Amino acid sequence: MAMLEITDFGKRFTIHHLSKTMPAVEHINFTLDAGEFIGIVGKSGSGKSTILKSIYRTYLPDTGKLLYDSGRFGIIDLAKVTERQMLYLRKYEIGYVSQFLNVMPRTTCRQLVTNALLEMGESEEVARVETERALTHFELDSKLWDSYPNTFSGGEKLRLNIAMATVKKPRLLLLDEPTASLDQQSKEKVRQIIEKLKNTGTTLVGIFHDIEFMEGLCDKVFDMQTRQLTTAKETAVYES
Amino acid sequence: MHEEPVLQVRNLRKQFGPGCRECGQMDNRQLEKNYCTNCGTVYACQDISLDLYPGEILGIVGESGSGKSTLMQCLYFDAEVSSGEAYIKDPKLEGKNVFDLSSQQKRYIRNHSYGMVYQNPVHGLKMNFSSVGNIAEKQIAAGNRNVADMEATSKKLLESVHIPLHRMKEEPQNFSGGMQQRVQIAKALSNNPPVLFLDEVTTGLDLSVQANVLDLIKTIQRELGISMLVVSHDLAVIRMLADRTVVMLNGAIIEEGLTDQILEDPQHEYTQQLVYSLL
Repeated sequence: MAMLEITDFGKRFTIHHLSKTMPAVEHINFTLDAGEFIGIVGKSGSGKSTILKSIYRTYLPDTGKLLYDSGRFGIIDLAKVTERQMLYLRKYEIGYVSQFLNVMPRTTCRQLVTNALLEMGESEEVARVETERALTHFELDSKLWDSYPNTFSGGEKLRLNIAMATVKKPRLLLLDEPTASLDQQSKEKVRQIIEKLKNTGTTLVGIFHDIEFMEGLCDKVFDMQTRQLTTAKETAVYES
Repeated sequence: MHEEPVLQVRNLRKQFGPGCRECGQMDNRQLEKNYCTNCGTVYACQDISLDLYPGEILGIVGESGSGKSTLMQCLYFDAEVSSGEAYIKDPKLEGKNVFDLSSQQKRYIRNHSYGMVYQNPVHGLKMNFSSVGNIAEKQIAAGNRNVADMEATSKKLLESVHIPLHRMKEEPQNFSGGMQQRVQIAKALSNNPPVLFLDEVTTGLDLSVQANVLDLIKTIQRELGISMLVVSHDLAVIRMLADRTVVMLNGAIIEEGLTDQILEDPQHEYTQQLVYSLL
């Protein structure tokens, strides 16, 4: 089967202090093959992030199926896996990159990436080498390696975020608006990084605000209208 | 994926007071928050069940008086449970409810399998003993009799919690709150326990020391694979530390989930209020 198969997925939020239940997304269907890159575009508030966060289980899925072909567990429904299984998947198989960096305080850039590797059980030596490789790969100036990320620019924080997620070599990488609030030059850098990831065979789902940025990079682009993925257009596979 | 929890808690109850006809029945008792308006009995922990897995940090959040610390005290045998069961992963104790064990056996578990860091260092340290003596005390309780070995371990631990070694013979009463807390952590770790209880360890510490302590806890988890129960009312601390989180209210667990899910998609009305209060 495909790596990810989403069938009739829906998510609603119950807001107790308003005594209201608000639908966020409904009837979402799509399939993602291994090595593919799916892009989702759409207005703010249309429910794009809800889909990604539900796949990562930051949100509890309500209805439908989120079938994932796991290296460890076989085909499983991400809506139903146990918390411990999800923690395993997050550690070894599914990565998530948001536009925000939320990390341990007073920990250097280098240490953050190293810790991600140590937590996976890598040796100190492997972690050290891989960390430097990743930071170089994602074009973080070596002068920044031993400083704390709260001094970083938006683009640098984002690249660190991507480095922390990809250094674990996830099979599936979720990108939640990785280009939001970046200038044109930084966006171009992120685009190149995504291209590199794609070329190394990482399966990707990305949310983007601006459709132009996506052109030519995604295998499929979905347009998120109010709560539903209404249009799906195939774009040419990007050739490097 | 079959994993065996290192600590399994089932239906733990702790009440203060005898109970009466109004509140004696678990199923249909009418309580005001966690106490019976008729007889004043406080139900501090009501039917708590949880699993702690190898190497994980489980967060426990809830407002003051929700029963978090009482739960910790019961698990660490500082307080008697009213009823309930707990099992630890230890071949010698397999299938045995640790609450039913003799006080001698309980002490054995405390000394060999558990470490505890109290919110107030006064409870965890002898304030007028030397710091290194405090740590050695725990090691002796755990059966160590080799002075050279104990001193070496103590030094290593004090270094890892950033206590300068030239002050190791000093009494904790001379130390700042943050230093006392770090000595307490060193002591709790000195018997290499598979399970560590941390009760509001960063409460009252300044941000800089808090960052140190958080980093230390994460390092311990990563390098020693120790499982931890972390009680805190500070959601930011829980977000940094815990893999999974349970939310307590009026002595009961009302919600549990992955920490980011609890914070971003809380289900229970109370948890939503709690999360909306986050700065």
